Amino acid sequence: MGYFLGLIVVLTALWTGLSGEYTLTKPLIASLGAISILLSAILAYRFDILDREGSPYGRIVQLMLYWAWLLVEIFKANWVVIKACLRSTLDINPALVKVKTGCESDLARTVFANSITLTPGTVSVEVEGNKILVHALYEDSAGPGAFDEMDRRSREASDGKGKA
Amino acid sequence: MIETVFEYWNAFRPALGSALLLVGAILAVIGTIGVLRFPDFYTRLHAASVTDTSAATLAILGMALLAPSFAVVIKLAVVWLFLFLTGPTSSHALANAAHTAGLQPMIGRLGESDGGDE
Repeated sequence: MGYFLGLIVVLTALWTGLSGEYTLTKPLIASLGAISILLSAILAYRFDILDREGSPYGRIVQLMLYWAWLLVEIFKANWVVIKACLRSTLDINPALVKVKTGCESDLARTVFANSITLTPGTVSVEVEGNKILVHALYEDSAGPGAFDEMDRRSREASDGKGKA
Repeated sequence: MIETVFEYWNAFRPALGSALLLVGAILAVIGTIGVLRFPDFYTRLHAASVTDTSAATLAILGMALLAPSFAVVIKLAVVWLFLFLTGPTSSHALANAAHTAGLQPMIGRLGESDGGDE
């Protein structure tokens, strides 16, 4: 039920933002919006995708905080790749490394692997169990321990601190 | 007091928005240069991710500053969110497909002589 309500709230916010109908003065448009929101939520329920992956809004605050931290990391990593693009003589050191992750749930693992890909200079190539194959532009940027903090933060953001 | 701040902000906004758009465009060009210079498929993917992340972010920020109404800003925020959710998925799909197909990445220190096309 919590997932259902969370989805309703987020869909309502999305519809209001996209339609620009903040005041609800037009009853026809408002009721059409309500119908479409309910229909989407009921369809999601019928498809059986209303679980912690389909509606992860219970952890929205933690995920947003993680997102903010990740943005800073992305811009730091961008700088490295931009310098590599513009250096007068090409000097890169690509490597393929296996990264072990402590993420237990599929959600945490997806968040972690997508964070690696989103950061310029590293791409997650394959996920096998709790190991992720990562291709990196510089070998030392993917050395041992390089992803430990990201791993810990994505696990805490999507699964909570209790589980470790 | 508040009105003067708003006036200054409204006078300053188009310039700041245009500057951000310009920086975003330059970053996109840098990403393209990287795609052309890097030697193999996997390293080119890294160069393209500069365009994916910072260039897109700065361009959308610039557009938001130039936007005529708040509704447009919300739409741009949604576009940005979807870009950041779908971008890594498609990059991963590409890398995974190349890996599954058996394309071997070039490993180790690469200099100018390794670059270019085959």
